[in-house]
Amino acid sequence: MAYFQRHKGIFPLLLLLPGLLWLIVFFAVPLYYQAKISLNTGSPFEGFHFAWHWSTYTDAIKTYHTQFIRSFIYAGASTGLSLLIGYPLAYAIAFRGGRWRNALLLAVILPFFVTYLVRTLAWETILDDASPLVSFLQTLGIVGKNGHVLATTSAVIAGITYNFLPFMILPLYAALERIDGRLLEAGSDLYGNRRSVFTRVTLPLSMPGVVAGVLLTFIPAAGDFVNAALLGSPKQTMIGNVIQSRYLEVNDYPTAAALSFMLMAIILVLVAVWAKIAGTESLMGAETAR
Amino acid sequence: MTTEAYPAPAAATAKPARPPGVSPWRRAGRAVLHWSLPVYAAIALAYLLFPIVIIIWFSFNNTHSRFNFVWQGWTLKHWKDPFQVPGLLDALKISIEIALLSTLIATALGTMMALALVRYEFRGRAPLNFFIFLPLATPEIVLGAALLSLFLSQSHYFHLGFGTILIAHVMFNISFVVVTVRSRLIGFDRHLEEAAQDLGANAWQTFWRVTLPLIAPGVLAAALLAFALSIDDFVITNLNSGSTVTYPLFIWGAARVSIPPEVNIVATMIFVVTVIAAIFTVWQSRRAEKLSEIRPEQEAIA
Repeated sequence: MAYFQRHKGIFPLLLLLPGLLWLIVFFAVPLYYQAKISLNTGSPFEGFHFAWHWSTYTDAIKTYHTQFIRSFIYAGASTGLSLLIGYPLAYAIAFRGGRWRNALLLAVILPFFVTYLVRTLAWETILDDASPLVSFLQTLGIVGKNGHVLATTSAVIAGITYNFLPFMILPLYAALERIDGRLLEAGSDLYGNRRSVFTRVTLPLSMPGVVAGVLLTFIPAAGDFVNAALLGSPKQTMIGNVIQSRYLEVNDYPTAAALSFMLMAIILVLVAVWAKIAGTESLMGAETAR
Repeated sequence: MTTEAYPAPAAATAKPARPPGVSPWRRAGRAVLHWSLPVYAAIALAYLLFPIVIIIWFSFNNTHSRFNFVWQGWTLKHWKDPFQVPGLLDALKISIEIALLSTLIATALGTMMALALVRYEFRGRAPLNFFIFLPLATPEIVLGAALLSLFLSQSHYFHLGFGTILIAHVMFNISFVVVTVRSRLIGFDRHLEEAAQDLGANAWQTFWRVTLPLIAPGVLAAALLAFALSIDDFVITNLNSGSTVTYPLFIWGAARVSIPPEVNIVATMIFVVTVIAAIFTVWQSRRAEKLSEIRPEQEAIA
């Protein structure tokens, strides 16, 4: 290691520099420009100029608070659903998978190998009024005789849940798989029944996976707009839809930038609160689990 | 599922020391309990895989109108010439070019960063780790919108198009590469490098002949992930593409009018290629694991 030690001072810097510069210029600096644009005033026709125009923020909240609240409700609902669907699946793969573990894990990430938009469009096909599934649900009475599934809140939440479910399963599996089987044996040797072994041993030990999975599902879900655009109606508009249309269709840059900034701020606050509740240790563990 | 209500108390009272001759009810209850988890897991897996089946299936749909929502019978006509839809092939080409370039750049930069972060103790390593983690914790829409703010503000230097898409893809891929390669490096045995140097290899030779081959599965996995993320990205690309159309953007445009079955065909093709690549990566890393398992025994012999 003579070479590495001699150049200890600059060598790591040289390795870090190109990637770090890229992240600074194209991740950190853009946030500064976004902050600046959010305080601009003007109109798409006359052009914008910087003016510490804070009322963009208050106006944006006044106009779009419904979409904000809706985004977080949808994200929360689909995160909860992902946990309900994902935990038993991850548990089954980790403890009952046997030699099929890797194949099952591959099956879990298979949806990622199909383009995101095509996956979501497939749900449009599945939930279409003419589809067999919808007529089946109509016969069961779950959906009204002439009822729709598409363009409803349920469709959007189901779509979001589907698209981000693997993000929940993978860290859960990583945490469950690492649990030492002897601890579970010890639990039942000490007269713990199945339920108490689960709640007192398995569940606490898998918490890093739960913490990571919730973050990895909730963050993209809160910012998503594809599911609301393809599976919802204007009644399901989320904050992501507003941001992208303000930027690309209306060219109302200050409002779009302000909304984007607030979305990031709220998510960072939620992540910090979540880290406080769950403990930073498991958050860091979660980070390495990825 | 109604029978599930019964076995719960049976399991709760189950103690290891149970007299022989278990009642058939209890046995049935246990069987339900034993099978309910695999059945639930199988349903969850089916939910994950069902849309993929639909996508592949509807690529064979004998559509007469421009819509591909209702099944109308089998045909191979779309598979015969999937690229006759105007714009689809160009969009796919641009997507592949951007994916290859961004994977190459991000994998190189990210691997270097991972090496520096795992190998060296230096001040500011913890905040640096946090900074690299930050893009992963930011919603895509914010990443894309912020980048667009930069490009709009500095429009002398940046023209929205191929270049800005590439910049964006490298940006969001770097963090993924760092995280993936780093997890591989953490279990790395540095004695191997020391041995190489003791045997007279210089730092450069050590890196190319010892370090890189050993971390290759991690780098390969990172590259595959970066490629998949890039070719699939819609949200960030949509904001920073200008008039350039990638494959996801083509679908987005088509979704407002009608989605031809050819889109499903291309999706199926990408799916098959990625599955093969993923299986290859898993096989590679298994081989590497087996190789590293051999060593301790050899040490014991020595």
